[in-house]
Amino acid sequence: MEKQLLLGDEALAQGAIDAGLSGVYAYPGTPSTEIMEYVQGSKLAAERNIHRKWSANEKTAMEAAIGMSYAGKRAMVCFKHVGLNVAADAFVNAAVTGVNGGLVVVSADDPSMHSSQNEQDSRFYAKFAMIPILEPSNQQEAYDMAYIAFELSEQLNVPIMIRITTRLAHSRADVVRKAMKQQNEVKLPSDPRQFVLLPAIARRNYKKLLLGQAAMELEAEKSPFNQYIEGANKKMGIITTGIAFNYLMENYPDRVCPYPVLKITQYPLPQKLVSKIYNECDELLILEEGAPVVEEMIRGFLNLGKPVHGRLNGLLPRDGELNPNLVAKSLGMSYYEGNAIPEIVKNRPPSLCQGCGHRDVYADLNEALKEYGTGRVFADIGCYTLGALPPFNAINTTVDMGASITMAKGAADAGLVPAVAVIGDSTFTHSGMTGLLDAVLENAPITVIISDNSTTGMTGGQDSSALGKILEICKGIGVDPEHIHVTTPLHKNHEENVALIKKELAYQGVSVIIPQRECIQTFARRKREEKKNA
Amino acid sequence: MKSDIILAGVGGQGILSIAAAIGLAAVKENLYIKQAEVHGMSQRGGDVQSNLRISDKPIASDLIPAGKATLILSVEPMESLRYLPLLSENGWLVTNSTPFNNITDYPSTESIIAEIKKVKNHIIIDADAIAKEAGSSRASNIVMLGAASPFLDMPFESIEDGIRQLFGRKGADVVETNLKALRAGRAYTEKNS
Repeated sequence: MEKQLLLGDEALAQGAIDAGLSGVYAYPGTPSTEIMEYVQGSKLAAERNIHRKWSANEKTAMEAAIGMSYAGKRAMVCFKHVGLNVAADAFVNAAVTGVNGGLVVVSADDPSMHSSQNEQDSRFYAKFAMIPILEPSNQQEAYDMAYIAFELSEQLNVPIMIRITTRLAHSRADVVRKAMKQQNEVKLPSDPRQFVLLPAIARRNYKKLLLGQAAMELEAEKSPFNQYIEGANKKMGIITTGIAFNYLMENYPDRVCPYPVLKITQYPLPQKLVSKIYNECDELLILEEGAPVVEEMIRGFLNLGKPVHGRLNGLLPRDGELNPNLVAKSLGMSYYEGNAIPEIVKNRPPSLCQGCGHRDVYADLNEALKEYGTGRVFADIGCYTLGALPPFNAINTTVDMGASITMAKGAADAGLVPAVAVIGDSTFTHSGMTGLLDAVLENAPITVIISDNSTTGMTGGQDSSALGKILEICKGIGVDPEHIHVTTPLHKNHEENVALIKKELAYQGVSVIIPQRECIQTFARRKREEKKNA
Repeated sequence: MKSDIILAGVGGQGILSIAAAIGLAAVKENLYIKQAEVHGMSQRGGDVQSNLRISDKPIASDLIPAGKATLILSVEPMESLRYLPLLSENGWLVTNSTPFNNITDYPSTESIIAEIKKVKNHIIIDADAIAKEAGSSRASNIVMLGAASPFLDMPFESIEDGIRQLFGRKGADVVETNLKALRAGRAYTEKNS
């Protein structure tokens, strides 16, 4: 087949399509978004009627995929690392139910926090759930691993995690495809109670999961993706995981490392291969993108064995992404450092687009809050998080999806009244609705601003589950209709909108204000498409 | 053959179109390619960069190591300086001269130009003006690609083909305008280097 230039995300998507995927379930989140977008744009996926609509959040996505697996078909779930926190209940228990159709969970980590609030390492989750991980080191492996992961899942009777990081997710390279597989037919699990996690059945399933660990390790021992590369100099042995292998090899122009290298891309950690490099070499260097997961295991709590170098002993930074230069330094190699960045170069942080409705929302809110002083705006995850930066300096918290409403309620419970929540439309249906119910049940004195731009903006304008539903949802949850207002955030409405916010700030109960104006980016895109199709 | 290119600019300025055109040319030449992009939060008016690596041998890292870039191609002058630690001793810095000023402490144009001129090999080009002459102010990124093309170690015809492929579905007029922009950029560098 001919070569295609694909992002790591796209390679995963294509590999899954070719592997007989029947459904992909996801919520947008950098750096995972392009997996679903690729499937949505794929003619082949449309022809094969592969499910490819966004879910309301990562938990609903994970559960739908478990349902598809229950029905015998191959399903894939995709989200960013913090999305796995949202899906964690379903994810961990899916290891206990086991699978029927192959089930693959793609978690895209963001070390260095390019677009995230933390850099948690998803491999901890897979270890916690006791399932295998595939961690591709390049785009071709991303394709190949997605291609085999479903079979591996069916064979081992557990979900398989594919863990990638930002640089692979968002880097393009050539990928060669394999032959297309058929989708599975609908077929119920042979044991009708496999997915019933009543304690008695769960205990039985859990023992099966524990017994299955040996088979998972055997697969990793014999996996072609895990490679032991001999090296003449046994003073040091190097274990790499995922893309760290590339940063090592970049430092050897002929791609020959003088030390033995164990390239790990399939877990659980293969004990025989690790023992081999440990026994052969005087010291070990562990290179992994993300947390020192493997390093910690090999080093051990008491660190009584041979010297193990890496992020824990300071040879490499404890946080942030790796790169070829950090790896060179850890090996004592020197390199030309280039010229310094001139002092005149200033930071250029991201900002809300010119013409964005969130700008007007913050201008209105700042004005309305003047009499109360600062420190009482609880915001959420989305473009509007940029309201934390100048010129607005409008928000005081951003923690996780949905935390605006619940944190405002907690602060109001503590006596900080009025407290304001700012949340986007997509984030509201992702995780805001249940928090609003809490607030309604106690009639908490909070003002909730659902800044509705009718899309999932920060990740590039994906469909929002909230579209056209927010007003009815708020009424349904029990917010007093007299305290629900839909407004238009435009400069010409500034006075009117400020007055309305002021009025609701003074109200001692739950109010919801829904400033509604389409995202300037999706608006421009829609106009271009309308012009093209006219 | 080996080109390690930093494409620099501000989110929304179209550096990914440049990367795509070069990528298509590289595929046609049957070369290996790796291209790391920035998606997500920084795209909202922040500084963005793409690491584009092309070689006749397999490429290891998606990121270009310090001091190894053969070319910095920047569509914004201050952004061209942000990646100097990556530029190799004999590498070229090719930048648009039109500032994109969306911050309060943006430095003076003179101070930026003075810093760029300290780089041994540099081309400063008013891509916006040349794009306008070529018929579309939106083609300034393609003017930049043309200006950088002599340093790409690839036949110019392949880059022209890349443009044809990239803009083909937008119609013959758009292809012609962009080819004109590409050639105008190249002519500028040929005259000024």
